[in-house]
Amino acid sequence: MTSQYEAGVKEYRATYWEPDYQPKDTDLLAVFKTVPQAGVPQEEVAAAVAAESSTGTWTTVWTDLLTDLDHYRGRAYRIEDVPGDPEAFYAYVAYPLDLFEEGSVVNVLTSLVGNVFGFKALRSLRLEDIRFPLHYVMTCGGPPNGLVVERDKLNKYGRALLGCTIKPKLGLSAKNYGRAVYEALRGGLDFTKDDENINSQPFMRWRDRFDYVAEAVHQAEAETGERKGHYLNVTAATVEEMYRRAEHARSLDMRIIMHDFLTAGFTANTSLANWCRDNGMLLHIHRAMHAVVDRSPRHGIHFRVLTKCLRLSGGDHLHSGTVVGKLEGDRDATLGWIDLMREAYVPANRSRGIFFDQDWGFMPGMFPVASGGIHVWHIPALVSIFGDDAVFQFGGGTLGHPWGNAAGATANRVALEACTEARNAGKDLEREGAEVLRAAAVHSPALAAAMETWKEITFDFDTVDKLDIEMEEAADE
Amino acid sequence: MSDIEVQAIGPSEQQTGTFSYLPTFEADQLAAQVDYLVAKGLIPAIEHVEPERATLTYWYMWKLPMFGVSDPEVVLAELAACHHANPGHYVRLIGYDNRRQTQGFSLVVYRGK
Repeated sequence: MTSQYEAGVKEYRATYWEPDYQPKDTDLLAVFKTVPQAGVPQEEVAAAVAAESSTGTWTTVWTDLLTDLDHYRGRAYRIEDVPGDPEAFYAYVAYPLDLFEEGSVVNVLTSLVGNVFGFKALRSLRLEDIRFPLHYVMTCGGPPNGLVVERDKLNKYGRALLGCTIKPKLGLSAKNYGRAVYEALRGGLDFTKDDENINSQPFMRWRDRFDYVAEAVHQAEAETGERKGHYLNVTAATVEEMYRRAEHARSLDMRIIMHDFLTAGFTANTSLANWCRDNGMLLHIHRAMHAVVDRSPRHGIHFRVLTKCLRLSGGDHLHSGTVVGKLEGDRDATLGWIDLMREAYVPANRSRGIFFDQDWGFMPGMFPVASGGIHVWHIPALVSIFGDDAVFQFGGGTLGHPWGNAAGATANRVALEACTEARNAGKDLEREGAEVLRAAAVHSPALAAAMETWKEITFDFDTVDKLDIEMEEAADE
Repeated sequence: MSDIEVQAIGPSEQQTGTFSYLPTFEADQLAAQVDYLVAKGLIPAIEHVEPERATLTYWYMWKLPMFGVSDPEVVLAELAACHHANPGHYVRLIGYDNRRQTQGFSLVVYRGK
């Protein structure tokens, strides 16, 4: 039996609200925090979200009848209260797998966070979580190397990695910049980093920076016998230019490059990840612009969704926040998204803000990068929170050492190794951390000076975006 | 501002990986690390090399990895035996993580002296 065509406007819920629907393993699931305009029923809003992010439009069209819309439509299948926010509710939507192009988080986002976010019947809308079915995960390239391969390439095991972002972030000449890199690396760090907005400005063109930094990296490696890297920022105005810079980094035998995935976009990111995979280059991912998108508890895209999309698109490192430093990040929420970066399977866990089970199959994990206002006194807590599979990324916490970058780096490294040794020996770092650091400083004047310099610095502000357990949650760098 | 006296930083030294920025471990510290490795279910293994070749990826294996060994004393005895047979070499204890195909522990126990 075929249906008759009736022109006109139907309520969305007649077609897109299906509370009895049992999601399939192959469905892409999404949960939106939704605040409707006054007087609009929840089911109608949830159905409108499902419709506008899949097959629907505001009126019936005759071509609807030329396809099997029953197969292609998204379905709102559950509504749930948001703890602590009586105006908002969670709308769960299931999308059939073939609404999305294989291997394209771009296509997924274009559907899920497209027009629907400007929809008039909504006051605000936030994409809280996506469950990517394993069938879809398998179509994506993922991290070009992954954290296990990165450890082999760097020959570093049994501890977290250490990095430092070179400051001032803008204004140094290439040669002076290379000096700062050399000092930090020879002092004991594994990585240094271009800040996100260093691209190729008049004071320091990219090629000059790459050349001097390469010299600094090679020199520090030869002197210490350890493998080192500097995240050379290849973010540029066009993908072609990005490739040109990446090729030059490779010609200098550099191990790692970096990129900004939100400002440059997922298409550029996926292409660069593919280039890195083809060329054996590690890829560090910065997240400028994320707080614009993810910080408001009621509108935007949650960082856990951006994390999942980036893991599918490709990156070996991704900034995660520190929990303890200068930038916002609720602890449980952070633990949730670092699991999403590193683990092969992450079960739903609402106490960490994870709405769905997420199976990554054999897709490699990424290193979370804890960056933003951290120094030696934070290291015990960082080791305790993040464990070994993380990069602790300092800035002022290395470069601000009273004796310079090399001593700052040594202080960071001694503190990390002392905390790692103590943890292995069964000490509770969150309780005994200060004692562990003091004992290590007896053998390390550089660490003692760092501890003296930063002894009174804390960053005690309230998190804006808290988890909805009592309320909801957050982000950083 | 800090009133800490500024010290000059001398030439960098060749390092030996994880824990090389700490003083050489005493016997009890080493034993605690071996306990950790074994308790975590990692597979102990020993490698050694001449200091001048230490930056190479592959060092000499000292026998096969100690599959099924859970007694830390056995691991400590093998480390000593490797050092005795190769005085002057770096001797490294590693912990293979066979599930994740990586190493979860690494420590150069003898630093060539």
